Amino acid sequence: MDGKNFKGWLYLLPAVIFLGVFMVYPLVDVLIYSLEESYNSASQSFTGVGLFNYSYVLRDPYFLQALKNTFILVMITVPLSTGLALLISVGLSSIKPLRNLFQTVYFLPYVTNTLAVGLVFMILFKKTAYSDGLVNLLINLFGGPSVDFIDGPYWAKMFVLCFYTIWVVLPFKILILTSALASVKQDYYNAARIDGTSKARIFARITLPMISPMMFYLIITGFIGAFKAYSDAVALFGTDLNAAEMNTIVGYVYDMLYGDSGGYPSYASAAAIILFAIVLTITCINLIVSKKLVHY
Amino acid sequence: MAELTDYDRIKASDRIRGRILNIITYTMLSIWALMVLFPFYWMILSSFKSYSEYTSEFVPKFYTLFPTLKNYSDAFTAVDLGKYFLNTLVFTLVTTALMLVVTTLAAFAFARLDFPGKNAAFTAFLALMMIPSELVIITNFVTITNLDLRNSFAGLILPSTASVFYIYLLRENFAQVPDELYYAAKVDGTSDLKYLFKVMVPICRPTLVTITILKVIECWNSYVWPRLITDDPDFYLVSNGIQEIRENGFGRENIPAMMAAVVVISVPLVILFLVFRKQIMAGVSRGGIKG
Repeated sequence: MDGKNFKGWLYLLPAVIFLGVFMVYPLVDVLIYSLEESYNSASQSFTGVGLFNYSYVLRDPYFLQALKNTFILVMITVPLSTGLALLISVGLSSIKPLRNLFQTVYFLPYVTNTLAVGLVFMILFKKTAYSDGLVNLLINLFGGPSVDFIDGPYWAKMFVLCFYTIWVVLPFKILILTSALASVKQDYYNAARIDGTSKARIFARITLPMISPMMFYLIITGFIGAFKAYSDAVALFGTDLNAAEMNTIVGYVYDMLYGDSGGYPSYASAAAIILFAIVLTITCINLIVSKKLVHY
Repeated sequence: MAELTDYDRIKASDRIRGRILNIITYTMLSIWALMVLFPFYWMILSSFKSYSEYTSEFVPKFYTLFPTLKNYSDAFTAVDLGKYFLNTLVFTLVTTALMLVVTTLAAFAFARLDFPGKNAAFTAFLALMMIPSELVIITNFVTITNLDLRNSFAGLILPSTASVFYIYLLRENFAQVPDELYYAAKVDGTSDLKYLFKVMVPICRPTLVTITILKVIECWNSYVWPRLITDDPDFYLVSNGIQEIRENGFGRENIPAMMAAVVVISVPLVILFLVFRKQIMAGVSRGGIKG
């Protein structure tokens, strides 16, 4: 019996080792790092223990910029992408011919490399010496002035970032919502139709409540994902996001860790923990709200 | 009589309304399909334009009369795209293979075997699912640096091999395999390991295919970890390669060559997607995490 008991752990051993070294230990370590003041990675020494790193990060203008960018990005992309996904999914489930084709096309961005396709968005929006870029020509067509979306004003850059983020996250949301819509029992619709219920009412009273668990799943994961935005911004604006004023919280963490501005794991840790606290708070709020609104 | 015409009228207006709604739906769906496909079209189109053609068009043309393959040869000769490609292939295959072994063994232990502390261990595993990678990546960076594994495949691969979520997904599937099969195999004197690979794995092949594909996509597109851990172009993956190309390669302005590189990088996953369309979409709706 003893040999058998031991065996279960043997099967688990590789996973335990990998997760222990690369997940559990780092989790403890990141907390310690964030509390060690003026840590020096070369000599591995530090001068004291306290909350200095947190207060430094919270006063760092780069972090505040990143915080602002991330919040704007979250507040714009989460509602817009969820709403758009709902609209598209409802449209998709109401048609028969070409439905599979549309579904396949919509899913395509999910499998593509964010960095690579970001470059395409960059050239579509970018103003260069020889051309204003396709999007600007389109704006000109409607009588608007050209805007440099990549190196220009803040709102223009934010617009491109939001646009690209929505483009990237929609496939997942559309997929989840179409399968949620398909799983609503036809009986409910038939019963409503016999009663002569209007389409809008059917949608509000049957469809929405039935897919509300999935909607909230998407909103929660959407918030979490948007707070961790980073590679989309790199794809559009390059690695020096601070210079472009387009850094995100995750970008700030990596910049503190590595690269030209790197070498400060303590500040990076403090920023990462602040991010985690924000995400945790938002997720808890979401869960509380969903308890009230979601129909299980 | 009046009743009947009334009914007909209602039916007719209903049909017209339905048709209008249909037209609106199809228009809306087509617009979004266009938004999705256009960047792909543009990147392929630009990759076939010559540099001089591209830069001479103030109003970009939606077609090219003189398609050229020069950009593609540039992409492989002027920068080390072939090398990045090969690196990514090795990284993806090794990581996925290791992940499959680790995941299968752990899922089997949780689903089938009895051992002391199993419930506590499983709870701990589930708790780990909530930990964002951003939180642990800092220490991992320091660990790998201290182990002197920067700019090596080991450094790239090791931290990405264990995934709590896939273990959980596979365990749920393993748990559905009836216990009777296990006891029957035991009576026949089959070892646990043999039972796992001869019975469990074939039965749960769909789930294994799903997690394999999800992992391959994840590896192929991974950017953050490889960027932190490699600064030697010999170990760049395609994402870092494309970023490097953007910032230093081709002399920044050669957008057609850049687009050729983007096409080369995107093609493998698009092919994978078109071949395994059903499995990928089913898999992502069951266990995809992105967004």
